Amino acid sequence: MIELIDTYWLYFLVGQYPHGPLGGLALTLILAVLGLLFAFPLGLVFGIARVSPWRSVRWPVSALIQIVRGTPLLMVVFWAYFFLPSLTGQNTDQFWTMLVALVVFDAAYLAEIIRAGIQALGKGQTESARSLGFSYLVAMRLVILPQVVRNMLPSLVNQFVSTIKETSLGYIIGLTEVSFIATQINTQVLTRPAEVYLLLGLTYFILCFGLSRFAFWLERHLQQRTMAKAHA
Amino acid sequence: MTPIFDLNLLLTGTYHDWLLSGLITSLSLTGISLALALHLAIIIALVRLSPVKLLQWSGFAFVEAIRNVPLLAHMLFWYFGAPELLPTALREWLYARNVEATSAIIALTLYTAAYMSEDVRSGIRSIPGQQFEAARALGFSFVASMRLVVLPQALRVTIPPLISQTLNLWKDTSIATVIGVAELMYQAAKVESASFRSFEAFAFASACYLGMSLLITGAAAWYQGRFPVRAA
Repeated sequence: MIELIDTYWLYFLVGQYPHGPLGGLALTLILAVLGLLFAFPLGLVFGIARVSPWRSVRWPVSALIQIVRGTPLLMVVFWAYFFLPSLTGQNTDQFWTMLVALVVFDAAYLAEIIRAGIQALGKGQTESARSLGFSYLVAMRLVILPQVVRNMLPSLVNQFVSTIKETSLGYIIGLTEVSFIATQINTQVLTRPAEVYLLLGLTYFILCFGLSRFAFWLERHLQQRTMAKAHA
Repeated sequence: MTPIFDLNLLLTGTYHDWLLSGLITSLSLTGISLALALHLAIIIALVRLSPVKLLQWSGFAFVEAIRNVPLLAHMLFWYFGAPELLPTALREWLYARNVEATSAIIALTLYTAAYMSEDVRSGIRSIPGQQFEAARALGFSFVASMRLVVLPQALRVTIPPLISQTLNLWKDTSIATVIGVAELMYQAAKVESASFRSFEAFAFASACYLGMSLLITGAAAWYQGRFPVRAA
């Protein structure tokens, strides 16, 4: 196992870079970060639309979210893979295909987290902001969302863990992220599939377990702060 | 001239048969994995709640090790890696059979059980401790008080989250396509490459995934209306 790491660690971390495209664990992380970064504003818009007082906004967005949440991510990836080129008129490479699929998919899940956050806050906050003369959108922006986003920080970290796991599906469309690289290594070594895939699992584990522990800590921390405030 | 959307392709002929057999395989994967995962989940939950520190810790380690690694990596490990660790005779026996489906079921079962065990555990913890203590005081053993007193109450609270895990399981079966299990996604891709009718093939698969997801969501809503959670 040691010599396996010794020979392939650089390939595992960055793929063929700098002699080829960036890949490996670095690509997995970049994809996950960009995915969540783009999905967040979209999820915010969807989440607000989900609790919008206007039916014409609420219904189509709710339907879209239900459809995305009822479909496997792999299906979304396939749709993006086959129909994005005809939609944009140019060839989309695997990276952008995967990114688009991740953004759409994660936005639907984030929207539900945000919706739950807004509803958990209670009507009183919106009503008092509205009665103070704020418009609906200003009340959302200045009163509701800052509280919602603070409360949902732990869920956001957990969503990031999910996104990291989801990037592994890039494997299927030939994106050279870490699972794909592991399979490449396996084909080169040939005799030690169990070790190669155990190392792959271990890599994901260290990353995701660390992050989910951080989310756990964050949740505790925020709770304690809220409680301290309540006592003060 | 072929129509833009050829419905006939989906209703009769070879392609129809392929897609239908894919749907059946997906459903069987879900059914078998669900049956196994439910049992395993209850065992893991009990292990995590047992009075023995070592058992608690190993239950925790198991759940975290599985949840923090993407299902795709699990599949790759069980398909490519694990058989190498088996003795030759057993391996040959396995390869003579459906090794793809077996690996997929193992991966899906472990993955789903890890998530479900957390739901079962929080269900058990929602039952007041006095119930367990009273059962113990009446002379029931640990296992018997769990089985006869705590679990029947806990499972009632646990059913809604378990239904939502079943939905995840249904969507997760699509990942089995990676190791070549001939399930719905695999057959849709096969029809796509054989006929170039990608829109029809993916529309069929999407409709199946979505329809089944809606049924499962409907079941959850029905259950919550029929058996509302009573305040303990």
